[in-house]
Amino acid sequence: MAEGSLNIDELKSKIGVEWEPQVYEIERGMIRRFVQAIDDPNPRWQDIAPPTFVWTIGLEKFQQQVSALAPFVSTLNGGTELKCYQLVRPGDVVTAITKITGVRERQGKMGRVLFITLDTTYKNQRQELVARCQDMVIGNLG
Amino acid sequence: MVEQLYYEDIAVGSEIAPLVKQPTTRQLVMWAGASGDYYPIHYDKDFAQSRGLPGVIVHGQLAGSFLGQLMTDWIGEQGMLRKLSCSYRGMNYPGEALICQGKVTKKYVEDGEHYVECSLWVENPKGEKTVSGKAIVILPPRG
Repeated sequence: MAEGSLNIDELKSKIGVEWEPQVYEIERGMIRRFVQAIDDPNPRWQDIAPPTFVWTIGLEKFQQQVSALAPFVSTLNGGTELKCYQLVRPGDVVTAITKITGVRERQGKMGRVLFITLDTTYKNQRQELVARCQDMVIGNLG
Repeated sequence: MVEQLYYEDIAVGSEIAPLVKQPTTRQLVMWAGASGDYYPIHYDKDFAQSRGLPGVIVHGQLAGSFLGQLMTDWIGEQGMLRKLSCSYRGMNYPGEALICQGKVTKKYVEDGEHYVECSLWVENPKGEKTVSGKAIVILPPRG
């Protein structure tokens, strides 16, 4: 978490700046663990990943980066819009690149709240667009 | 598996067979490991309570993945989920049922593709919509 008070202008200056690409080699075991976690018995998901699997690509790093943006007391996922162009298979190498697309601030009942929108593109080893996701993070500054 | 669904089989207003999920705290931990989402609000009860919640909550993207399954079960192997949007409106708690539902709102042909739009939602056992969403799918036509 960032120290001290939030400089909103500094945060807004990060809009449109791409974060470091996250490169993931997709293994069969990753897909299997995902399918077990969502408890989806469809036998199709042995050789191909379900559409929402792409959410997990680079997610841990994504959350670290988001929580470092401001000294949040807590963050919530406000919503997400996923566009799928092709399904991921074992052996694919997927690169996720995220950027902030908007920052809004509001005074809520619980204190200051930031609404941050982010856009992530996922491309495979052939540079084909696999998916695109827009996320809304609601960060409570207390 | 279920038979393939075709574009001609559905009409605006058609309902999608509900999918009921009953995630446990164990499933939340499995999701954390599989997804890399280690935010403690989903596994640490003390942390969740310190943030004003009664207990740990279900990850939004896990509930979103349940809506993804609702759609992939429905559209079959030849269908394609093109877009899935979810708006997280309330909390889901482990031990409670998440009732995933949807209905067809629009169907049209564009650039030779057969599109179907659906409105989706997740209800808790009290009947509250905790997630509302929308999907656009491509279905194969008959013949």
